[in-house]
Amino acid sequence: MTNDEIVLAIKDIIATIAPDEELAHLKMDVRLREQIELDSMDFLDIVMELRKRYGVQVPEQDYLELATLDGCVKYLGPKLADKQLKLASRA
Amino acid sequence: MRYDALIIGAGLSGLGAGIRLAQFGKRVAILEKHTVWGGLNSFYKLGGRLFDSGLHALTNYAPRGERTKPLGRILRQLRIDHDALELGEQSWSAVRFPGIELRFSNDLALLRSEIARAFPGEADAFERLLADLPGYELLDGSSSGRSARAELAGRFREPLLVEMLLCPLCYYGGAREHDLDWQQFAILFRAIFLEGFARPAGGIRPVLDLLVKRYKAEGGELRLRAGVARIVVERGVDRALDRGVDRGIARDFDRGAAHGRVRGVVLENGEELDAEHVYSSAGWVETLALCPPEHARGVGPVEPGPLSFFESLTVTAEEPRALGFDGTAVFFNDSPRFDYRSPDALVDPHSGVICTPNNYATTEPLTEGLLRVTLLANHAKWRALDPERYVAEKARAAELALAAAARFAFDVRGKAVFQDTFTPLTIERFTGHAGGAVYGSAHKRPDGKTGIDGLSLVGTDQGFVGIVGALLSGITVVNRRALEGAGSAS
Ligand SMILES: Cc1cc2nc3c(=O)[nH]c(=O)nc-3n(C[C@H](O)[C@H](O)[C@H](O)COP(=O)(O)OP(=O)(O)OC[C@H]3O[C@@H](n4cnc5c(N)ncnc54)[C@H](O)[C@@H]3O)c2cc1C
Repeated sequence: MTNDEIVLAIKDIIATIAPDEELAHLKMDVRLREQIELDSMDFLDIVMELRKRYGVQVPEQDYLELATLDGCVKYLGPKLADKQLKLASRA
Repeated sequence: MRYDALIIGAGLSGLGAGIRLAQFGKRVAILEKHTVWGGLNSFYKLGGRLFDSGLHALTNYAPRGERTKPLGRILRQLRIDHDALELGEQSWSAVRFPGIELRFSNDLALLRSEIARAFPGEADAFERLLADLPGYELLDGSSSGRSARAELAGRFREPLLVEMLLCPLCYYGGAREHDLDWQQFAILFRAIFLEGFARPAGGIRPVLDLLVKRYKAEGGELRLRAGVARIVVERGVDRALDRGVDRGIARDFDRGAAHGRVRGVVLENGEELDAEHVYSSAGWVETLALCPPEHARGVGPVEPGPLSFFESLTVTAEEPRALGFDGTAVFFNDSPRFDYRSPDALVDPHSGVICTPNNYATTEPLTEGLLRVTLLANHAKWRALDPERYVAEKARAAELALAAAARFAFDVRGKAVFQDTFTPLTIERFTGHAGGAVYGSAHKRPDGKTGIDGLSLVGTDQGFVGIVGALLSGITVVNRRALEGAGSAS
């Protein structure tokens, strides 16, 4: 996956968890929680989907790395490098 | 056969927990001793009609998009579309005491204006109550140790208003006699007065089917007629004490109980199932009774809940509207003082709930009228009856219920085309809750922990009750264990 695809992958997961959110204008460097309504339980779901779709494990102590889209790209880049993008949301 | 998780009970909390576990990729099975799912809020066929066993109202109504409210949170976590529930909102409900009424609906403005009309001197105190009410971020089902009665008595000068506010909240969630914990009061006040009532089109059955479908789609296994006879606990290594998070509970258990770790369950047919985790929705007392006795000793108060109910269901050819009633639910009490307790007689006809599914703004019109009347009932007294007296007393209690309905809402006497009743014994038989205690033990275990590693409680005795509450309970407990596990497993 390229960095752009990682962003797509994360947005697609968020769209599955929170279908009512507007995701087109998400900024890369601002915490996701400040842009859309996500609580700690939603992060649990993001991690769950990453494991289900891509077999990527994110231990709890690393959850903070996923706070922004930039953070996601940086942290997940190596883990997703050889994975194919899978889109599942209804959007 | 080894599972990551087993769930005892396919009630709403078990289904909520099951969907989450399956979503987390766990190998999970729900074990239900009955032939149908739903538990306290199930359905049955009788006389060619389909009845909901419990459903009066889905409390905690919230419109689509309100994601921070409990209903929004559970739908999101379970990935269920709000539209799929086809919720119809209530018309209005009321608290009726002799000579006085307070109506409320899903719009708080109605209750506000009713309080200003009936208790003009209390309007400001009511606003202060709204402002001071703990928010959901503080409400985890734990007990504050503060009495709601005492708290309200300090806020309102009119004792009658206090009684009237407590009445519906006790009926829709009070696990102990006479009073509510302040935390529980806040949860129920929000669920009933601030959020309100709705009815899923078709009753509870389509909701349950939706949950089962989600569960199976995520890979979960549901086994009916699979009563759990024993929970297998491995004794010995005191792992609970090593971990900081478990210290509080471990201390509780020092007083005589052995430490242990769950290994699985044995079914009533003798089959053994191994599992890493067991989640039980059977209730606290009932779950302990399934564990080896050395683990059940010294765990604090374990008496079953004191409160149970009698309910009559009356089908009429005409709809309630034609009989002069266009409301949804009436919580009545025939004296200025509301006594929420196990009655000395079989039932207490002085107070109760009258409701009908007909007057919701639902997309699915009902073809007949249905009246449900709920009265407080004494489990021990019903239990003591011989079979013949039991049948006769059921009929007599139903007459008392219909007389109360005639006085406080509308009269269906002489108009019934079908009638059914259930007692605390019926509730006990179908859900296994000791004493027929609908809202469980008076002592809740908000973190779901039992003192036995790997064994968690969900549902009624964890602390959240009602349809939405039970689902939230299952979800929350599983999420917490997942977070704890995420830290240690990797
Ligand atoms: C008459 C009545 C009316 C109600 N009306 C409403 C209402 O209108 N609105 C509302 O929101 N709430 C209502 N409630 C409350 C609501 O139904 C409950 O709070 C909720 O359903 C509790 O769910 P639960 O999963 O905690 O427990 P339960 O539903 O009791 O689930 C426990 C399950 O475990 C199974 N079980 C027990 N022991 C074993 C065993 N050893 N092995 C296998 N399975 C076992 C039981 O059979 C049961 O299916 C009502 C309750 C009653 C009784």
